Amino acid sequence: MKNIRNFSIIAHIDHGKSTLADRLIQFTGVVDARNFQDQILDNMDIERERGITIKSQAVALPYRSKSGVEYTLNLLDTPGHVDFSYEVSRSLASCEGVLLLIDAAQGVQAQTIANLYLAMENNLEIIPVINKIDLPSADVERVIEQIDSELGLDPDLHLKCSAKDGIGIEEILEAIVERIPPPKGDVDAPLAALIFDAKYDSFRGTVIHCRVFDGSVKVGDIISFMYNQSTHRVEEVGHFLINRQKTEQLAAGEVGYIIAGVKTVSDVRTGDTITHENRPCEKPLPGFKEVKPVVFASIYPIASDDYENLAVALEKYKLNDASFIYQKDSSVALGQGFRCGFLGLLHLDVVQERLEREYDLSIILSVPSVRYRFTLKDETVLYVDNPTEYPEPMSIAKGEEPYIRAAMMLPERYVGTVMKLCMEKRGVNSTLNYTSPGRAELVYEMPLAEVIYDFYDRFKSVTQGYGSFDYDIIDYRESNLVLLDILVNGEKVDALSQIVHRDRARSRGVLACDRLKEEIPRQMFKIAIQGAISGEIVSRSTINAFRKDVTAKCYGGDISRKRKLLEKQKKGKKRMKMIGQVSIPQSAFLAVLKTDND
Amino acid sequence: MTTTEGNLHPGLYIHVPFCRTKCPYCNFYSTTDLDCVNAFLKALAGEMSLYRKPFPFFDTFYIGGGTPSVLDRTEFETLFHSLRNAFSFAPQAEVTVEVNPADYDADLFAFLRDLGVNRLNIGVQSFDDGILAFLGRRHNAREAREAMSWACRAGFEHIGLDLIYGVPGQSLESWLAGLRYAATLPVDHLSCYQLTLERGTPLGTGYQNGEFDLPDENTQLDFFLQTSESLSHFGYLHYEVSNFAKGPEAMARHNRKYWDHIPYLGLGPAAHSFDGKKRWWNRKSVALYLEDLNKGVTPVEEEEWLSSDQLRLETLFLGFRTRRGIDIARFDRNFGGNLLSDKAEILARYTQEGLIVIENGFIAPTLAGMAVADQLALI
Repeated sequence: MKNIRNFSIIAHIDHGKSTLADRLIQFTGVVDARNFQDQILDNMDIERERGITIKSQAVALPYRSKSGVEYTLNLLDTPGHVDFSYEVSRSLASCEGVLLLIDAAQGVQAQTIANLYLAMENNLEIIPVINKIDLPSADVERVIEQIDSELGLDPDLHLKCSAKDGIGIEEILEAIVERIPPPKGDVDAPLAALIFDAKYDSFRGTVIHCRVFDGSVKVGDIISFMYNQSTHRVEEVGHFLINRQKTEQLAAGEVGYIIAGVKTVSDVRTGDTITHENRPCEKPLPGFKEVKPVVFASIYPIASDDYENLAVALEKYKLNDASFIYQKDSSVALGQGFRCGFLGLLHLDVVQERLEREYDLSIILSVPSVRYRFTLKDETVLYVDNPTEYPEPMSIAKGEEPYIRAAMMLPERYVGTVMKLCMEKRGVNSTLNYTSPGRAELVYEMPLAEVIYDFYDRFKSVTQGYGSFDYDIIDYRESNLVLLDILVNGEKVDALSQIVHRDRARSRGVLACDRLKEEIPRQMFKIAIQGAISGEIVSRSTINAFRKDVTAKCYGGDISRKRKLLEKQKKGKKRMKMIGQVSIPQSAFLAVLKTDND
Repeated sequence: MTTTEGNLHPGLYIHVPFCRTKCPYCNFYSTTDLDCVNAFLKALAGEMSLYRKPFPFFDTFYIGGGTPSVLDRTEFETLFHSLRNAFSFAPQAEVTVEVNPADYDADLFAFLRDLGVNRLNIGVQSFDDGILAFLGRRHNAREAREAMSWACRAGFEHIGLDLIYGVPGQSLESWLAGLRYAATLPVDHLSCYQLTLERGTPLGTGYQNGEFDLPDENTQLDFFLQTSESLSHFGYLHYEVSNFAKGPEAMARHNRKYWDHIPYLGLGPAAHSFDGKKRWWNRKSVALYLEDLNKGVTPVEEEEWLSSDQLRLETLFLGFRTRRGIDIARFDRNFGGNLLSDKAEILARYTQEGLIVIENGFIAPTLAGMAVADQLALI
């Protein structure tokens, strides 16, 4: 156990986490150069393209220290987005230390701090590492100053590196060995292992990723999940190299995997404790929380005969994503579909993209919504995350919506504009701290609904990319809510309905009509778009028909070119949903939430 | 109106890839290097011999470009000699040559007439010197009028004029005045093209750089509708989006083959050909064209086999360009299904919107429908 180190790299997005992981992997030679590819732990296309980690990964790095001792360094890579912060917290709970990576040019950012707090909550050894020191815009001195003033860490203990160029890697490995304590635990005590992730393997079922705190587990053991008391017989245990490596057993202090005939990842809860059925540990490891989706939207196939394919795709997708939930749903305008819950908009985006990419489906998402709470006059309490289930207005005694606590870090000069933005988003109870000269931490309580779509983009834009943002859901608060409906050529499109605050309803209606006017392409006849609240029209816009659209010259040499253009248009049209006789593009359903960019 | 009957034989197109100057709106392939005209004519004869077997017989023949009228008499003679050697023509074949008014020459016109050319298409473009200057034409309005008058004197029974509208600075009034003038001339065919700017042409680039504006969509539509109305008044049939004929006999038989999906063979650099299932096009360079033919191989740049879906889409967008419209029975026979019932809902809507008329076995665009023919094709 004394030769094991369990650690994670935490950083604000784009501070170089995946690149540093790549260098550590290369330095320790787990993968030979031939099989190496950049962002080796981000093995989904979508992760590489977007430069974010979505799924956790673990890898054991064999390292012989300068003093000649062989170590196993377990690196737990964590997702890099606030939608997945619970997953991050469970990975951190499985470690004894972290590398807190800070971009030398960008300095400390909101997620740097959010991640630092998570690490502190788990009593982890924190090693600040300043990355990208060779960038022309690097300001190492300023970052060292921030480590002291904003993070409250000992600035003398920082390391410097350039993960891109492989500078400072060995120093980091030495620091991991020297400064991060070895895991503690009692091999003879009853088994207590923390589940920090689970992946679906089509041959083996669910592969549970865990950290053993006490005891040990081996093939043949009957294990039990403490959350639901379900029991399973262990088929295989092992460590993570780049691939799974079978071992005899997993013992206290180790990180590894268990395969135990668990059918889907949804049968496993991240944060749950695994113990032995016949010799259980006294109590579960702390920190377990059931993750609940906060953003909801319906998914419909564009072609209604794709419904069965969509059902199969969702079932398969769900095998590997326990935080995604769905159930059957149907829309008057869009037909049969599924109501789905997501951890946030990035999660929603990822699911949509993976369904389209990996299952080759064309889908429409309805306008995303948060989950509202209504108390009816007869005292029934209803949770409504689908505008089509909005209760009869006369029956509502009280409406409530979820609020978040949004923490933002930004240069002082943007405080004014960001406060304006937050107030526009119904932010209240602000606090403002100057964490170091010229830098501010701004905290607001805001309705989640105001944040779910474009808050982040607009925040980034008004702070010119220098601001960073993080949030937690805090509670439900009373709110004067109404249902805003959208009519296209007089037909109500239920998938475009939204629940909105009464004071915003009219302006939201105007906005939705304007957005739809931009998003819905012109067609052969006029299209009227209207916003309505309880039957009263509050906004309208009109999309004029095509009046002139024909190539002037079309002779022998023009036909193929023209046909290709039309084929492209036709393909685009196929990706639109026909509602009545109006083709509505996928983008329209998300666009109604977008406000004007300044 | 006549049907495709009697116009089912393939048409032959020859692309003469030479121009004295390049017009700043044109993106057809041509070169101003006239030194290789003879080499071109020789290679062209070689290309003809390669297609003698699959395309032995034509009933229309169109020499376009480029500017065919840059050829002199000897060169035209060589060209026609090669043609007669390689192919047979129907006795009543339509033989058209495109002419630039700047090249008018009474002797040349008479000579062409004697060679068997029975239709001239003159690239007049405008009767307004300011507009001709904007379009970078190397002729003025006076030369255009003289060219037309010599063409009539040479005894051509069919003369067509090309005109362009929607040019920056052109008022609807002045355009209509030009049409009224054209209607007084002894010509039986008018092609009225809305100016279309292509990427990469000097005018296209100028437009992108904001050097001038084009008329907006409503103005374009006004031009289109009023052109049609005015020419109908003068007895012209508006038989295709941009084409008007004084009676069915005056319709450009060769060009109609394109819209009716009849096979055509195109010879010369960049020319396209279609045999009913496949389309192919030649290399877009005189040098490469000569190189291939010197080796005795067809100078084909690329070919595409057309799927049934592709042929179907072509039939629709080409058909909706014509006043006659889509032949429903032929369409159903060629592509299976039942167009009227398969697309009943959208066809009813378009009928109701006044864009199409379904009668006598055809789905025909109305004038408003022709103006949006490309969109109609997406049913």
